[in-house]
Amino acid sequence: MNKPVIEMRGVNKWYGTYHALRNVNFTVSKGDKIVICGPSGSGKSTLIRTLNWLESHQEGEITVDGIRLHEKMKDIDKVRMEVGMVFQHFNLFPHLSVLENLMAAPMWVRGVAEAEARETAMKYLERVRIPEQADKFPGQLSGGQQQRVAIARSLCMNPKVMLFDEPTSALDPEMVSEVLDTMVELAQDGMTMVCVTHEMGFAKAVADRVIFMDAGEIIEENDPVQFFENPQSERTRTFLSQILQH
Amino acid sequence: MLYADTVVSDPLVHKPKVIAAMLAAAAVFFTVLNLNGTVFGELMRPVIGEPAEAGYYGQFAIGVVLALLFTLNVVVIGFLKFRLQVVIVWLQLLCLFLAFFYGFNLDFEFIRKKVWFMVSQGVFTTLYVSAISIALASVLAIIGAVAKLSSNGFAYAIASFYTSFFRGLPLLMQVYLIYLGLPQLGYVIDAVPAGILALTLCYGAYMTEIFRAGIQSIPKGQWEASRSLGFKFGLTMRRIILPQSLPLIIPPTGNQFIAMLKDSSLVSVIGVWELMFLARTLGNKTFQHMEMLITAALIYWMLSMCLELIQGRIERHFRTKSH
Repeated sequence: MNKPVIEMRGVNKWYGTYHALRNVNFTVSKGDKIVICGPSGSGKSTLIRTLNWLESHQEGEITVDGIRLHEKMKDIDKVRMEVGMVFQHFNLFPHLSVLENLMAAPMWVRGVAEAEARETAMKYLERVRIPEQADKFPGQLSGGQQQRVAIARSLCMNPKVMLFDEPTSALDPEMVSEVLDTMVELAQDGMTMVCVTHEMGFAKAVADRVIFMDAGEIIEENDPVQFFENPQSERTRTFLSQILQH
Repeated sequence: MLYADTVVSDPLVHKPKVIAAMLAAAAVFFTVLNLNGTVFGELMRPVIGEPAEAGYYGQFAIGVVLALLFTLNVVVIGFLKFRLQVVIVWLQLLCLFLAFFYGFNLDFEFIRKKVWFMVSQGVFTTLYVSAISIALASVLAIIGAVAKLSSNGFAYAIASFYTSFFRGLPLLMQVYLIYLGLPQLGYVIDAVPAGILALTLCYGAYMTEIFRAGIQSIPKGQWEASRSLGFKFGLTMRRIILPQSLPLIIPPTGNQFIAMLKDSSLVSVIGVWELMFLARTLGNKTFQHMEMLITAALIYWMLSMCLELIQGRIERHFRTKSH
């Protein structure tokens, strides 16, 4: 069996007195595609953000790529270099061109030479099908294009796992599919992925497992067929009926 | 420009009520001013007779004529395009202003003799003292802003004490404290370094707040994206946050520079030969204070206008660069 890329054991997190994550356990092996869903405020974003420690946890153990995440760690950047993160609001650097956005991290963090960084950047821009936008600024692109640039930016660091935090929630409806297509292709190439999303079509198509969260807890974890056709918990059924009725 | 409404209404100065009110107010104003004894009285001689004996009738006649001219002027300008309006009103105000100075009966020969020295010595000193001070203040401001946003208690305490103290004391007092206080501690400081130090510390404190606000206005997502790519704090600050805060920091910093240019006149009290010092001293011997003060005033004004232009260019540069 593969060594897990991500492992969470008994993770608890509080914001003040608010219990945001309750005893979360799960494992991501190399090549896994995992979709996390759940109602708003259920802790799914918090969970995915603890995986590269944009949020800290207080109890339990999180191990990413063999490195345990904890308060006193000196090499959090080593973990973050290996973990790509795509945000709901893209968070591209608006003062840099698309190409510079992609070249920044490899050059400044990994110390890659400029020519090589440019080559890698163009390769990934072609992969997300917008090489012609390389010299534009993020503000000149549509939402869908920006999110694809954000995905390419993460890929340029050649990460071992990609985290997606509601990547299509801020997009106009007609742009959702172009981003999802990119993510499907990425999944087909064997990338290890953890996605917080409400796109159930995407979950059915690519997920190995679907995780349903509510009130900071993992309520159910199952393969997509089981999850959608035969949900075990009452709360899962309620949630699915709410989001699938349209 | 503010938000421009799509509904076009008559210009204010073309509304009959406004015109009537303006005419009445101007007539009262010019009548009360009593211009019988001035050049206007001479010009009106055919109507009012001997100005000195015209009395209230003369006052009133001059007032009405001037009010008519004034109102006509305003109404005519009201028909012009925005840019032309701006230019003409500027020129008219400038003429009034110069006429006001001209009224002092200045000795222009004296000004002509001294002005070159004022520029070569005074303007030069004023500019380099201000430029060095603003450069050092910017450095201080970046450090101060980062310290004020830091979770380190020492850094925050020192930075907030610094801004509180140097924003809380009059600049003039700071100049004295540094120039006269430091020698008490056994360190004799020249006037120019003392002046630069005082200006730097004072403006560094104000600019700390500007930089802090600029840094804080960058959305949290920029930090998160940077950190999740593996950027460390310094790299994020230097390459991502500061470049984005610059367009927000530059307009108020330009403002500070213009303010500093004029506040640098305060270091004249410790004998730095800058513009203000020369303005006070050059006319002393012959009691021609007004000549030198007005010359210096106009030079300060012109310098400020140059800086405003430069600031405008830099702002435009940033606006076109990031869309």
